[in-house]
Amino acid sequence: MKNLIEVKNIKKNYGKKEAVKGISFNVQENEILGLLGPNGSGKTTTIGMLLGLLKPTSGQILINNLKLENHRIEILEMINFISPYIELPKKLTVKQNLNVYAKLYKVQNIEERIEYLSEKLRIKELLDSITGELSSGQKNRVSLAKALINEPRVLLLDEPTASLDPEVGDFVRTFLEEYKKEKKISVLLASHNMSEVTRLCKSVLMMKNGEIIDQGTPDDLITKHGRTNLEEVFLKLSRSKSEFN
Amino acid sequence: MSLTRIYGLFLRHFYLITRSFPRILDLVYWPTIQITLWGFISNFFATHTTYYNNAVGVILTCAILYDFLFRTSIGFNMLFLEEIWSRNFTNLFIAPMKIGEILTSLVITALIRSLIGLVPAVLLTSPLFGISILELGIFLFFLFLSLYIFGITLGILVSSGLLRFGPSFENIAWSTMFLLAPFGCIYYPIETLPEVFQKIAYILPLVYIFEEARNILINQTVDIENIYNAFIWNALYFTLSIILFYYSFNAAKNRGTLINMGE
Repeated sequence: MKNLIEVKNIKKNYGKKEAVKGISFNVQENEILGLLGPNGSGKTTTIGMLLGLLKPTSGQILINNLKLENHRIEILEMINFISPYIELPKKLTVKQNLNVYAKLYKVQNIEERIEYLSEKLRIKELLDSITGELSSGQKNRVSLAKALINEPRVLLLDEPTASLDPEVGDFVRTFLEEYKKEKKISVLLASHNMSEVTRLCKSVLMMKNGEIIDQGTPDDLITKHGRTNLEEVFLKLSRSKSEFN
Repeated sequence: MSLTRIYGLFLRHFYLITRSFPRILDLVYWPTIQITLWGFISNFFATHTTYYNNAVGVILTCAILYDFLFRTSIGFNMLFLEEIWSRNFTNLFIAPMKIGEILTSLVITALIRSLIGLVPAVLLTSPLFGISILELGIFLFFLFLSLYIFGITLGILVSSGLLRFGPSFENIAWSTMFLLAPFGCIYYPIETLPEVFQKIAYILPLVYIFEEARNILINQTVDIENIYNAFIWNALYFTLSIILFYYSFNAAKNRGTLINMGE
């Protein structure tokens, strides 16, 4: 399998503070990699560097074999991102927002793409609604439609189901599973929802204090740490004053 | 440069303006109030001072020109701030847009916003005060163009500050025009300023633009050198603002401002 994301020893310092301390990992085609860690562990900084919003202090990021520092635009054309901390313009209708982003990503056959995504994500009846007036579950599906508008090969998800009710959360997770399988995309998923990570991710990176402190499949990590589920592994690792501190 | 992406970002703001009647009203309301007020002041001075005796529309024309500058600069800043307020900033900067495309789109949108406000206000001046700004003739275009470039330049400088320092720079966005206004010699000749202020005024394009507007209206002559000087200073400041914007963008990527902007 081809690596679509290759992260090689990236560091990010803010002055004297080391936010990310030289981490390396790959994400293959048709793989969802989980990125776990307590708040302040460096997950958002890592995602920010992958999106080109942050410049690594050192190290290298390659997306589809292209160096991010030299091919920012080409890379941004093939990736997308969803996070509950960013929103689409609230005063525009859903269709207007999707239309704007389709143009920013130079999508061909915009109408068809919007039609396809609105069908798949059950937002067809919302297309003429004002985005700011939607429920959080509806907004989430609209944001997901925006994140898929350019048929990304790499999708970065930061807590994609945070604040969703179980039904919508399950819908989004099922959709992501099927979409990944169908389009063979690479997904990096940062989440605090351990059952979500267990269900979706082939492998998991555990981050703490800017470092990767453990990695493996969810089952391997559970066995290795002698716990019964991933949440217990997470609690053990995040509470431990390990040798990594 | 991709015209599709430039149009896409323009469309985002076009939808926003056209969806909201209060927004359109807001664009038209202030220029109209401003110009009406200055129209009455202009009429008063025209009948009570000798300086403006032969040129009733001098103050009003300068007020219109200044308002255009003000609206262009504020309009550009508003477009940038709108992305921060709506928490859409990150979405915009992870879209495959070149900095040049973002700036071009905002420059075009700011012009349209300014014209939406200015055109109705200018049309009012003729029936209300018997004054037409078109008396400036073909040179009106050059004066407007010069003001537009300077307004955009100020907008880019403030946006650079927003990129570099984050939303806390917002208050500066509203005050830049007020800081420069006294040096612009909008309503009075440059000789009115103390000598040290005159030196500052001469390195801004504004003084050449407003001196020339008065020159055309009062003396009925054209001093091409004023227009030329305005363009030279504009070219210098505009180039500096673009350089600063790129510098701020890179600094923001180092400091993490871009990722925190939407939160």
